Amino acid sequence: MLKIACPWCGEREEMEFSYGGQAHIAYPKDPHALSDEQWAQFVFMRDNPKGAFLERWVHSHGCRRWFNVARHTVTHEISAVYKPGEPPPAGSR
Amino acid sequence: MGSNARIAGAGRIDRMLPLDFTFNGRRLQGYAGDTLASALLANGIHLVARSFKYHRPRGILSAGNEEPNAVVQLEQGPYTEPNLRATEIELYGGLSASSVNCFPSLEFDFGAINGLASSILVAGFYNKTFMWPRSFWKKVYEPILRAAAGLGVAPDAPDPDTYDRMHWHCDVLIVGAGPAGLSAALQAGRQGVRTVLVEEAHELGGSLLSRPAEIDGLTGAAWAARAAEELDALPNVLVLNRTSVFGYYDHNYLMAVERRTDHLGPGRTPGVARKRLWHFRAKRVILATGAHERPIVFGNNDLPGIVLANAAGTYATRYGVSLGERGVAFVNNDHGFALAVETHAAAGNVPTIVDARDAVGDALLRRASQAGIQVLRGSVITFAHGGKRVESVDVRPVKGTGMARIACDHVLVSGGLSPAVHLYSQAPGKLRYDAQLACFLPDQCIQAVEVAGALNARFLVGSALADGTSAAQRTLSALGHPAPATPPVQAGDELHIQPLWSVQSLLGETLPGKHFVDYQNDVSERDILLASREGFRSVEHAKRYTTTGMATDQGKTSNVVGLAILAGSLGKSIPEVGTTTFRPPFTPVTFGALAGRDRGTLSDPVRMTPMHAWHATNGAVFEDVGQWKRPWYFPHAGEDMHAAVARETKALRTTAGVMDATTLGKIDIQGPDAAEFLNRVYTNAWTKLAVGSCRYGVMCKPDGMVMDDGVTARLSEHHFLMTTTTGNAARVLDWLEEWLQTEWPDLKVYCTSVTEQWATTAVVGPNARKILEALAPDMDFSNAAFPFMTFREGVVAGLEARVFRISFNGELSYEINVPAWHGLALWTAVIEAGQPHGLTPYGTETMHVARAEKGYIIIGQETDGTVTPHDVGLEWAVSKQKDFIGKRSFARADTSRPDRKQLVGLLPKDKSFVAAEGSHLVSGPGRAAFDPARGSPSIGHITSSYHSPNLESAFALALITNGRALHGQTVHCVHAGGLQPMQVVDPVFFDKEGKRRDGID
Amino acid sequence: MQRFSLLSLLQNSLSGHTGWKPFWRDAAPKQRYDAIIIGGGGHGLATAYYLAKNHGLTNVAVLEKGWIGGGNTGRNTTIIRSNYLWNESGALYEHSLKLWEGLNEDLNINLMFSQRGVINLAHNLGDVREGIRRVEANRLNGIDGEWLTPEQVKEFCPIIDISKTARYPVMGATLQRRGGTARHDTVAWGYARAADSLGVDIIQNCEVTGILREDGRVTGVRTNRGTIMAGKVGVVAAGHTSVLASMADIRLPLQSHPLQALVSEPIKPIHPCVIMSNAVHVYLSQSDKGELVIGAGIDAFNSYSQRGSFHIIEHQMAALIELFPIFSRVRMMRTWGGIVDVCPDASPIVSKTPVKNLFINCGWGTGGFKATPGSGWVFAHTIATGEPHPLNAAFSLDRFTSGALIDEHGAAAVAH
Repeated sequence: MLKIACPWCGEREEMEFSYGGQAHIAYPKDPHALSDEQWAQFVFMRDNPKGAFLERWVHSHGCRRWFNVARHTVTHEISAVYKPGEPPPAGSR
Repeated sequence: MGSNARIAGAGRIDRMLPLDFTFNGRRLQGYAGDTLASALLANGIHLVARSFKYHRPRGILSAGNEEPNAVVQLEQGPYTEPNLRATEIELYGGLSASSVNCFPSLEFDFGAINGLASSILVAGFYNKTFMWPRSFWKKVYEPILRAAAGLGVAPDAPDPDTYDRMHWHCDVLIVGAGPAGLSAALQAGRQGVRTVLVEEAHELGGSLLSRPAEIDGLTGAAWAARAAEELDALPNVLVLNRTSVFGYYDHNYLMAVERRTDHLGPGRTPGVARKRLWHFRAKRVILATGAHERPIVFGNNDLPGIVLANAAGTYATRYGVSLGERGVAFVNNDHGFALAVETHAAAGNVPTIVDARDAVGDALLRRASQAGIQVLRGSVITFAHGGKRVESVDVRPVKGTGMARIACDHVLVSGGLSPAVHLYSQAPGKLRYDAQLACFLPDQCIQAVEVAGALNARFLVGSALADGTSAAQRTLSALGHPAPATPPVQAGDELHIQPLWSVQSLLGETLPGKHFVDYQNDVSERDILLASREGFRSVEHAKRYTTTGMATDQGKTSNVVGLAILAGSLGKSIPEVGTTTFRPPFTPVTFGALAGRDRGTLSDPVRMTPMHAWHATNGAVFEDVGQWKRPWYFPHAGEDMHAAVARETKALRTTAGVMDATTLGKIDIQGPDAAEFLNRVYTNAWTKLAVGSCRYGVMCKPDGMVMDDGVTARLSEHHFLMTTTTGNAARVLDWLEEWLQTEWPDLKVYCTSVTEQWATTAVVGPNARKILEALAPDMDFSNAAFPFMTFREGVVAGLEARVFRISFNGELSYEINVPAWHGLALWTAVIEAGQPHGLTPYGTETMHVARAEKGYIIIGQETDGTVTPHDVGLEWAVSKQKDFIGKRSFARADTSRPDRKQLVGLLPKDKSFVAAEGSHLVSGPGRAAFDPARGSPSIGHITSSYHSPNLESAFALALITNGRALHGQTVHCVHAGGLQPMQVVDPVFFDKEGKRRDGID
Repeated sequence: MQRFSLLSLLQNSLSGHTGWKPFWRDAAPKQRYDAIIIGGGGHGLATAYYLAKNHGLTNVAVLEKGWIGGGNTGRNTTIIRSNYLWNESGALYEHSLKLWEGLNEDLNINLMFSQRGVINLAHNLGDVREGIRRVEANRLNGIDGEWLTPEQVKEFCPIIDISKTARYPVMGATLQRRGGTARHDTVAWGYARAADSLGVDIIQNCEVTGILREDGRVTGVRTNRGTIMAGKVGVVAAGHTSVLASMADIRLPLQSHPLQALVSEPIKPIHPCVIMSNAVHVYLSQSDKGELVIGAGIDAFNSYSQRGSFHIIEHQMAALIELFPIFSRVRMMRTWGGIVDVCPDASPIVSKTPVKNLFINCGWGTGGFKATPGSGWVFAHTIATGEPHPLNAAFSLDRFTSGALIDEHGAAAVAH
């Protein structure tokens, strides 16, 4: 059970949160200008690194807000938590 | 051997409290404070079990959680429990236990015949045979192999006990209350930090309870008792005994199970949860889990009477039990040597120590000689004689010759100590091999954890105490508490071990007898050498091929020994071969404790609408829809589902029906950008929707597949009320919030679930208007004043209400929303007002029939995540102008294919044929079965299927390849081995012109 | 290859079993191979075996970073079935099941394949509908399948609770009688032994650190044991596929998650089949050693550690006790975790890639074990011929561009 520090509520158990996969995937400005391949990149393709990963979580059973987490996918250590729209803290990647 | 092996005056048992118990039907007596194992031994019973494969006689090897042999079935009936270790069972009056895996009896076991075939039954033998003839596998070989498998039996009735969960946050969690754990707990507790001390046994003290020690002028046991008292008095300290920490998870999350009633006997503590599952979140952890003693592998080293030295000491000192008249100790280290001397001091029955070492410290030798013990240095036991109990051992020097046979009735073995690194390894912590101490020790860990005591190679009481204090000080300073900075205790070599794993490999020759490594799984040295020979050279391969360490003790006494033998056979060092990964649980955990209270009706929340009580009183049969209980249909006396639904459906189309629609998801959406937001999530346009009007909407995932649908009303310029399908309500809210927060934070929109705030009653049918007029005389329900797809606010049955004129059935229909707490009042008022108008309550089944007659889809029934709006005929609701989530996907090659599966209606030739939903369709009798060359003949499947009293026929909806082009043609439903012809028609079966929604006047 | 039989076992027992040879040679890497398979799990070893056996390609190496069969092959719940919904999946998994049925003889090793029957329970009307849809789809695909009433479920598996008072009562079930379980480790060892005997080099402790390319074509791999050249390279590395693909600058629609499972202490035979329940979320069988083998869903987060969170296990055990109240006093003995690579449509990718002569076989998610023979069979074909076998043509990487997904999520069970 991970311990995750919600930027608004503080440290809570993983069970209160839902996972949102890779962070910083922006909805394309003009989807119709994209080729099918480029659209597939947005819809389906995701980074899946072994190591540092910037990912999204939402505090489903708390404040219901989304935020970003820098977490190591092997050790599960969380090195940073930051709000949407904020850049990842230096060195978290 | 006498039947009472108690040592006068010795032990921490209560001789004033004798306890009767039975073992294999024999009535026996022990004392309070005994374990089942100590009580059996006190009665002179050493043969307690049969081994897994060869059914060899086995005795009690240990005095703790590492026990591989003494596995019993405890109690009977619903309280029975398989595979418990006699060494861990606290004795209570009336206890009843029996041996497992033997037939017809422990003393005479047919399975022992396997021992004769043991030259064949080597590791992996089953992979090499039982293949011919092929048909014999299922009928003959496999049943025989399986019948031989397993130890105890599961109960045949549900568990009468209950189990609880606890969650606990603390600053320091200390695992193990031996000398190191106790001293750490005292240090931490006195500083006022939130401390938890967890101990597996019922009494704190660990080795202090079974070994002589003097601390602060007290005996070890008295010091432990004083420490326990002090800790009890500290308000910031929680001490849990009878509690096993079994798992070390991420971010210092540790799991433990507390046994609250087992020591009192089954069924004697009604109302008390039998076990508690503890969930700890600790800022820092101190592991003081001690060490397990290892056996040495020699010929017939598994005979009953051959025990670990530590166990012999514990039985003598702690339980006052002598293991026999004459014991021989076989050791290779100081720890085992000292235990032999201590045991002799307590029981006077270990006159001989066989020590593989040439050099033994003078102090120890002096102690032995003072006690009159003969020490045979540089010698080993090669073989044990005996049948159901050891009778003598062959001893010879490692170098030189000369075999001596020493008569004995028990043997004390100590091959060294394996620190209990399991939890540390789970954390996960890295281990290092210490060649001098011949054991794996904690090395590095990413979690905030310290180790202390024997786990940290401080095997002697004094250094363990100091090490516990030191670990606590490091922990306290890491927590920001001022703590005296004493340097870590430097450990000397406290074992003086000369590694000895197997006597055979030490002597370099083949010795008689079987040489066991893993007792329970009957893995011998030969099996490990065979694995090595056959290429299973990775330690994980060898473990899996031989099953070493995979029995119920999970290899606590066998892993390192097996590893060392494997390394020896490969000519590698132990660290080169490496150890296997330790996984939770450290000790077995009862399933029921893991399930806790989440059973029966508590296994998942039950959601009920405010009108539920009325439904139940009026005979509703309920359907599970997500967590909701929804009325499925309302049978009258003597009606089956078919009759009830026919009646309800008829009423809805001819007079009026009423349904509880509360469970539909309701999301309140507000903000200046709300309309723009809906534009982006729904496939159709929302900006121009007039205030007071409603619109049907479909939303897709980015892949263009339908996700949900529902009607949304514009309550005011910047205020919408969205409805969702029942099962999707939470998911849709999540979805909306995700897009708002992560993609479009610039939009000023706020979403709130109001599903449970409003109760919804749908009044449906030709008489609906009359009923509403009766209920709400101040409101105008005329078509002109209150047209289709609008809503009005007003007073209905005296209650402030929102009335939506929307229809999921094609009839004139009003959905009345009132605050949830008025739901039942409104419902009963509607029922009353409807009585003169033939108002009939109906459930989800009738709702389904009515909507299907109109070709309305149900998300999750007509759709399955692979269906676009176009596929189900909703292209009219898909905007060509604006973008929305998923629109881009429609242009992809597969998604834009004209011959995708499409929604059609089906009418059976035989009007009484109601196809099972999920049935498949084929084009015709010529193409009705699987053809390897052409594949499946299926052209699609039936998504909805009912009998319609209004159509006087069965009918169905289906998704069929290129279905729209097939209108008018006949397809065939595969049914019960035959084919039923059905005609493809438009999916709207009833009132195609949509005249009825305004009422038939 | 040294034959395994009762006779050879008897003969060897006379010599104290000193005559047995290694299952596979401990090969050292050569400088060049016609084909390199990255990943020594069941799928990779099967691929190598069928490359040699079906396509005569024997200058092949299997590179395994640890020990063979140490990934998901040795970390699953050993369930074998072919009752998938869509035609494409049905054909692929059924081909695999047919191979299982003759695999003991083919590999000359007893894989303990036990066709005990696999039951998928339905707990609500949506489950019933989907169950019938699946059974009927299977039958029209030549795959055995039956629909059972709750009473028939009870007859097939007498220890299950079908009472109406359960929170989610059993409303029916699908049954595939030919489904069952097998001994997972032995599958890897059996394929390794058979592939080795045909000349394949199985190289353990050999970690690939780079994929060499020239002009958009793969030329070899860099490893911790030196550079190895290859005409063709197949990546079949389950949870680690994304890591390897990124070495060739390929981004995949995969996410790696922990999948946990556990066994009980061994008890006497009591559970006759495999039971799966998607709605209450647990699956259960009993091994030939007597252990109850229990699995459930993945942990939500991405991970390359073979560890998950404990609440997943608590939930699955609650589900288990709800279905089987008699197991409440049985005890959990061992848990473990694997790393599963999950595709958006819960179907695998067995495909060419944008890099010529580089092929991938991944995305089997939680259900790869059952597919081992079939996966190896079609991947070997794809590597040998450069084009997919008809059975894996639909499982290409292209489908994420075209939209022709094969959605095996079990057809979203959402109700109105």
